[in-house]
Amino acid sequence: MIFSYRLRRNAVKIEGERSSALDLARGRLVLMGGFFILMYIVFAVRAFDLAVIQGRAISADNGATVELSAMEGSEDAPGTLPADIARRGDITDRNGALLATTLRTASLFADPHLISDTARAAGGLAKIFPDISYGEILQKLQSDKRFVWISRNLSPEQQYSVLELGEPGLEFKHAYQRFYPQGALGSHLVGYADVDGRGLAGIERGFNNYLNSGETLRLSLDMRLQHALRREMTAVIDEFSAIGGAGLIMDVTNGDILAGVSLPDFNPHRAGEALETEVFNRLTLGAYEMGSVFKIFSIAAFFETHDVGMNTTFDTRDPIRIGRFTIRDYHAENRILTIPEVFMYSSNIGSALMGRAVGTENLQNFYEDLALTTPLDFEVREVARPMVPSPWREVNTLTASYGHGVATTPVQTISAVASVVNGGYLIKPRLVLAEDEGKASTDVRVVSEKTSNKMRELLRLVVTAGTGKNADVAGYRVGGKTGTAEKIINGRYDGNKKISSFVGVFPMDAPRYAVFIMIDEPKGTKRTYGYATGGWVAAPAVSRVIASMVAILGIPPSSPDSPENAYGQDLKQYVSAGKGEH
Amino acid sequence: MSLFSRTDKSLIGQWWWTVDRGMLSAFMVLSLIGVALVATGSPSVAERIGYGYYHFFVRHMIILGPALLLLLGTSMLSHKFIRRLAALLFVGSLLTMLMVLGVGNDIKGARRWVHVLGFSLQPSEFIKPSFAIMAAWMMSLQKEKSNFKGNAITAGFYLLTVTLLILQPDFGMTFLVTSIWAAQIFLAGFPFRLLVLLLIVGILGVFMAYQGLDHVHSRIDRYLDPASGDSYQIDKSLEAFQNGGIIGTGPGQGTVKMSLPDAHADFIFSVAGEEMGMLFVFFIISIYGLILLRGYNRLMDSDDMFVVLAAGGLLTVFGLQAAVHMGSALHLFPTKGMTLPFVSYGGSSLLSMGITAGAILGLTRNKARSGLSRGGLSLQTNRAHRTARRGVNTSPGV
Repeated sequence: MIFSYRLRRNAVKIEGERSSALDLARGRLVLMGGFFILMYIVFAVRAFDLAVIQGRAISADNGATVELSAMEGSEDAPGTLPADIARRGDITDRNGALLATTLRTASLFADPHLISDTARAAGGLAKIFPDISYGEILQKLQSDKRFVWISRNLSPEQQYSVLELGEPGLEFKHAYQRFYPQGALGSHLVGYADVDGRGLAGIERGFNNYLNSGETLRLSLDMRLQHALRREMTAVIDEFSAIGGAGLIMDVTNGDILAGVSLPDFNPHRAGEALETEVFNRLTLGAYEMGSVFKIFSIAAFFETHDVGMNTTFDTRDPIRIGRFTIRDYHAENRILTIPEVFMYSSNIGSALMGRAVGTENLQNFYEDLALTTPLDFEVREVARPMVPSPWREVNTLTASYGHGVATTPVQTISAVASVVNGGYLIKPRLVLAEDEGKASTDVRVVSEKTSNKMRELLRLVVTAGTGKNADVAGYRVGGKTGTAEKIINGRYDGNKKISSFVGVFPMDAPRYAVFIMIDEPKGTKRTYGYATGGWVAAPAVSRVIASMVAILGIPPSSPDSPENAYGQDLKQYVSAGKGEH
Repeated sequence: MSLFSRTDKSLIGQWWWTVDRGMLSAFMVLSLIGVALVATGSPSVAERIGYGYYHFFVRHMIILGPALLLLLGTSMLSHKFIRRLAALLFVGSLLTMLMVLGVGNDIKGARRWVHVLGFSLQPSEFIKPSFAIMAAWMMSLQKEKSNFKGNAITAGFYLLTVTLLILQPDFGMTFLVTSIWAAQIFLAGFPFRLLVLLLIVGILGVFMAYQGLDHVHSRIDRYLDPASGDSYQIDKSLEAFQNGGIIGTGPGQGTVKMSLPDAHADFIFSVAGEEMGMLFVFFIISIYGLILLRGYNRLMDSDDMFVVLAAGGLLTVFGLQAAVHMGSALHLFPTKGMTLPFVSYGGSSLLSMGITAGAILGLTRNKARSGLSRGGLSLQTNRAHRTARRGVNTSPGV
């Protein structure tokens, strides 16, 4: 009995101890659970700290432009610009094609102390960067420095390949870099910026602050037309072994520049290494004597000052002698010419006589109204001052009537042509696409509508019957004017070095586009019987550009028997049969 | 959930209705996350050390199968078999560790590995679960029979294990085994005063390791002052989290991971941070939290001291290892290379974790939990029964 009691008592005691021990354990389980939960919450907070709070700080820091110029040539760790500099804005053409953009690129450097396997790393890198030799990399990686540049501005593919090497000693510095996806196409107008994001030329310079604020800038350029223009100009320059050229396509209704080519051109990514002649922007910085193209302006001036008919005649049988000058015709007709004949045969004597009739002051004022004698007011700020005779005597009036002694930039010239043909409103060239595209750039009238109409007919005549026959494109009523000027070499006109140009406008009955091509020092070929004049060199190129344009822009031709196709044919009544090629 | 009928008396059917299916799913989810992260984190590491692109991934997949089988198998065992398995494993691991000290390969300054069938095994990984179960067994035996010197035996086990570990040397494992033992004696009712004393001894031990062993020294220095030495790993790890942000760079899209040493193992958490982002990191943390809380919660209802101690110790080592991994990657702790349970690459670690998780599941199975349910007692009366016993305990004269 006693034994059994004790046994039970013991059992109860053990049972009791066990349950008290279990209770204690339960309490402590709660403590341990709490400890873990607390620790895990700290982890979550820390993850938030890294991913959100510090994550932003890091991205802003990496986003800051690493000052690449500070890296150039130096092997030290680069400094960084403050984080508040925004990514420089894009430049696009009128259709949104990227002309300039800023991308975040990675530059690769190594910390040789951290390289785990020098030979393997060098081998891998040599495969990724074919322009650096294995030995070269090996030499860099075995150096005692903590920082060695391997390669700058990697492509994403290269960066990925480097990351795949998994080499801890290889690291990246990020920077913003300016890219010009179109390369040389449009490089003179778009311009370029330096590594610090400062625009140095073209639109990049003219709109530097705007772009640096991160805004996108849309230009009036159409890269499809730009390409067509450049292609045709390159072909002509090759064919005539010329040294360069300038070309423009303009919407004559509002002054939008749709294409602008200056050749030779350059790769804007390597503007620093380009030759001076390549970087030189002939479109705005080159002032050239345009030759007979200027007859458009002198004859328009004549119509403005003299309300006469097309049948007015000028005696071009004798050269004009004034002071030391003798004004001759290139291919003299040696007869009395009507105004249409003066224009289509490009008679210098006839133009000079008209200039004399207009008068020095009137002609000067008219050229000034057309913005031909003052520096171009343009969105690209590298502009040349036009060269005008000083002092301006009567002889200068005569020569300026056929584009001699006055030098203007191509952009000025095409704008003045546009002003004359568009109904008479002054055209201010523009490269930045306006909010309201249809709006004309100015409403300043420079010639009367009547004069404008006469000039359109005359321009069409040049292509149907005169010196510009090569410029025609069937169904598009192309009009235009040739120009051939001798270049001034060492202060003297050099008869062998010419600037041959053609300005074409179409459709002539309701002008919409002007195409100007100017070729520098073309040399005549067998095909052209040795001629290198505007009609032989530039006019066919303008024709091909227009043929491309109408295809690109989807402009339908007029049918051969439609009334507009016969536009300007009335003038033929004032033309006697004769030769005509200039 | 109609996979097995509730009345299914087969082994599998019984298992299915008694095992903690929530916790089981959590382990499976972790394995899946592990497959994804090893797939994206390991190729650059493999290439770097000259293996093929898929080297680690293939091996991880090969080991994952057996590891999950071990998990399921162990979770089906009865307590008796769990103890027997632990005893075998414990003795086996200790012997192999002894052997390793003699003939093992030196990897990264430590002798931990034996080669079996082309895989290198780390016997010390298996000491974790087996030690936890053995120690719990001995301690609970002492609770049953007060004349059994179970606690002393555990102390002996502990000293033997730790000595072998320090000889390798493997301080990470030493830390974990110490933590298991500390958690168990804490649960077993060790007085707080003595625990504080032990803590002081522990801190002294760390200090001595700091003074006496160079690599421990430099690692702690680096934690306290990152500028003092090479902190490449941790810099990269933090960069990964920063690069990932809230939603991450996207699976396979990470870049920092590629130059992150040990991205497949000791820093796989950073890979998750970069590619999947902060929200996913929260998800991973909460899975570990869920496993721990579910586990501890089940132990609250257990009447078996052995179960409380063994599963408590196993849960602690599981949670602590995850914590050290995550804390290292987040630079909250000094960098200590530890795998993230079920996620990191690591053959031995994965197999050992399979056993650990299996043992936790097996020990916390419903049937095992109460033992009274077979007597037809409801949970309600079970609790009442407990209160009654507490009453006996506090009555005077006992």
